[in-house]
Amino acid sequence: MTEHAHTDCEKMLGFLSEYIDGGLNPELCQEIEKHLAGCENCRVVLNTTKRTIDLVHAPVEKPDLPEDVRARLFKRLNLDDYLKPK
Amino acid sequence: MNKTMPTEISLEALVAGDRAEFARLVDAYSSPIYRLGLRMLGDPQDAEDVLQNTFLSVLTHISEFEGRSSLATWLYRIAANEALMLLRRKKPEVNLDDVEAADEAEDLLPTQFVDWSALPEDELLSGEGQRILDGAIATLPESMRLVFLLRDVEGLSIRETAEALNLTETNVKTRLLRARLFLRERLSTYYGGHMSHEE
Repeated sequence: MTEHAHTDCEKMLGFLSEYIDGGLNPELCQEIEKHLAGCENCRVVLNTTKRTIDLVHAPVEKPDLPEDVRARLFKRLNLDDYLKPK
Repeated sequence: MNKTMPTEISLEALVAGDRAEFARLVDAYSSPIYRLGLRMLGDPQDAEDVLQNTFLSVLTHISEFEGRSSLATWLYRIAANEALMLLRRKKPEVNLDDVEAADEAEDLLPTQFVDWSALPEDELLSGEGQRILDGAIATLPESMRLVFLLRDVEGLSIRETAEALNLTETNVKTRLLRARLFLRERLSTYYGGHMSHEE
């Protein structure tokens, strides 16, 4: 990726998900942050991976169950009596 | 456990055959299960089959639920199995264990280094942006997609995802990382090209 050791980038990549999710111990976080400070490509990968996850979490991603699908489900489960508008 | 399912359901009432409580369970969990089916199978009719079969199975087996995991995790486990069974039937050529073989490959390494993360939200969430994201998720290999959907779309923890899919936590983490990098690469290809056109 850059002029520094490529293996550092691969190591950072291996911990990327857990680093984003906050699941790493402080020593490892510090090591990663030290690497990030000197590696622009890894910073880009981190920023864009975080952004990718943010976009997936955006509310437009979660459409509700279509009403006709819900009605058929309640009928199949013999729950017609409980089918009230949501 | 996650933001889409705040409803507290009484397991005792479900086991006792309380139909009103079962209807509440159905309303609390049917949207995420339908979404999971739709994302895994890519077809509304198949997603509806997954949804119906999941709740029929819950109805049959609720008395056997031992509470070793949360009710939500148990439901996702049934839904994931229903989705995988239908997937195997519809697409027998799909290898659901392909991720192990893929782990051997070097394709995890990023190749796109354009920083599009500061693009405005409305641009990223435009109709076109959403279509690119949906398309990228749809092209994730199935074994990675399932992990990604439970963890990042539905908000289960790593442990809950592992329980729902009968995988080790390490395996979940590996698949999640690969899925996230795969999607990042796809979005970077798109937004990188997009940004260079605007320059």
